Amino acid sequence: MLAGLLEDVRGPWPWWIGGIAIGLMVPLLLFLANRQFGLSSTLRHICAACLPSGPSFFRYDWRKDAWNLFLVAGVAIGGGLAQRYLIASPEAPMPLELFSFDALGTPRGLLVMVGGGFLVGFGSRWANGCTSGHAIMGLSLRRPASLVAVIGFFVGGLFVTWFVLPKVLP
Amino acid sequence: MKRNLTCLAIGVYFGIVLLKSEVASWFRIQEMFRFEALHMYGIIGIGVAMGALSVWLVQSRRLRALGGEPIELRSKPAEYRAQLLGGIVFGCGWALTGACPGPLYALVGAGYLPMLVVLLSAVAGTYAYGVVREKLPH
Repeated sequence: MLAGLLEDVRGPWPWWIGGIAIGLMVPLLLFLANRQFGLSSTLRHICAACLPSGPSFFRYDWRKDAWNLFLVAGVAIGGGLAQRYLIASPEAPMPLELFSFDALGTPRGLLVMVGGGFLVGFGSRWANGCTSGHAIMGLSLRRPASLVAVIGFFVGGLFVTWFVLPKVLP
Repeated sequence: MKRNLTCLAIGVYFGIVLLKSEVASWFRIQEMFRFEALHMYGIIGIGVAMGALSVWLVQSRRLRALGGEPIELRSKPAEYRAQLLGGIVFGCGWALTGACPGPLYALVGAGYLPMLVVLLSAVAGTYAYGVVREKLPH
């Protein structure tokens, strides 16, 4: 019975528990840290910190916004803890034939890993936010601009899923 | 510094949530864009509902943050062309990688080192935007 219980704890959560847990990010950050949820600006901070003599877009005091660098450092630690202690499934959450160092040598892997990553970084900065800042926080604030961004996310995502990936996937 | 450590702790929580809820799963994101399951739509829907409730509490009850600071809800400037075009570009990347920035950090932390290539590519994409931003519509 104990084994069965452990199995439950280490299995994936149903969507409604996941939704509540992710929704809690907004009040946790607002009430405990007085900050609004948003993660993609950390990519900009990394550029600003590593290449301080770059374009003017990266010349600002990123240290003043270091709070979300701490947040994403925590996300990485949390991911490690979950993987080590809270997940029973040995299956990777992505197809390894696309996401591996070997795949980097194939056009397919290069497109998905390097091309896809590049678009995530370029697009989130252009849109001034990603899924956390626009879809969760922005929609919570009923910001029309965030709704436009989320519509954009789905236009791009549906296009790639229905018209690009079928030609790319093995 | 105290705020930073609080954020670190909240981040640890979020990293666990991303893996346990399978938001960090490429397969779940594919399933969402193929309309094969409600999993992701349910998660985003409940997440937004809870966020909106929190915002409403802050605005209507004038609740304060820990330590008594008033909570300021700031709005980003609306640049509809940037949000639409940038959003489309981001969406293409989201469908390819199956990961937005949060899951990228979580998966690297979980030991999926090839995802570090994706994360560094995202940093490169952000840098490229900074180089060409004045030529783009906003």
